[in-house]
Amino acid sequence: MSNVGIVIVSHSPLVAEGTADMVRQMVGDEVPLAWCGGDPDGGLGTSVEAILAAIDRAWSEAGVAMLVDLGGAETNSEMAVEMLPDARSGKVVVCNAPIVEGAVVAATEASGGASLQEVRRTAEELSAL
Amino acid sequence: MSETDPRLRKMFEAVAQAIIAHADELTELDSAIGDGDHGHNMTRGMQAVLGELDALVAKPWNEALKAAGMQLVMKVGGASGPLYGTLFMTLGKSLDTPPTRDGLAAALHAAIEAVMARGKASAGQKTMLDVLVPVSEAVSAGRSSAEVAEVARKACAATKEMLATKGRASFLGERSVGHIDPGARSSQIMIETIAEQLGDAK
Repeated sequence: MSNVGIVIVSHSPLVAEGTADMVRQMVGDEVPLAWCGGDPDGGLGTSVEAILAAIDRAWSEAGVAMLVDLGGAETNSEMAVEMLPDARSGKVVVCNAPIVEGAVVAATEASGGASLQEVRRTAEELSAL
Repeated sequence: MSETDPRLRKMFEAVAQAIIAHADELTELDSAIGDGDHGHNMTRGMQAVLGELDALVAKPWNEALKAAGMQLVMKVGGASGPLYGTLFMTLGKSLDTPPTRDGLAAALHAAIEAVMARGKASAGQKTMLDVLVPVSEAVSAGRSSAEVAEVARKACAATKEMLATKGRASFLGERSVGHIDPGARSSQIMIETIAEQLGDAK
């Protein structure tokens, strides 16, 4: 798919999956979408391994925009982006936006064929409100 | 598999076991001002390091540190994974093999810079950096292992009265004062253990 992909990373798998459900229902299937949540034992937290796998599932040559929740989700996501092969790491951004609203807005923008930078900017405008 | 340096196994075992032995205390500190998972997360990471120990100690120091850092990144599951992982991986990238005292000071400095960049933090915000930065300065100044351990102890205790401006504890504002920072404590436990292992070795 040529549209920008969206990855949702929450400490809670329930939040991540629920956010992805909202994106699918409100935006549709035109954007590659993946989510992950929970630490390696299934407790609340995030896992670099799971984040890397989610980026892979939502991969698009147009790039991937990530929406994340608190603290460790952001640090682990940034770590995962740096661990990607060079050909991919420059095409993945962590958006500074609220996770639910950001995912819906970013996916809406992506579904219209917007570039990665446009998707990110639209999502991040939410944080400036 | 052959071991490149017997000190390496002792060092990894001692650090991992010290963190695991203090898991409840770390979780208790984190429950007061964070989300109460620091002991559990660090234990999971250190158990992963112990699980890979035979493979790790077959490597030279720098490669072993990088590999241990990668275990922490992949297994810890909280922000401390990438933070400690970055610390270990950058130490590995920067350290001479076999390590020298001067090389250690420079590597520690580089590793702490990398942790600052990873966490977008600096000293004075009630984090692990409030232990690591003075420790790095003491190592650079040529202090003995015992003196470095004492610097770490004092620096950790001093986080109690600090106001958190970074991490989960910063959400608490003034209520973060009066509690030792869990990341400062886990860093201090590691430094103290490493200092004990190194003794007066150069």
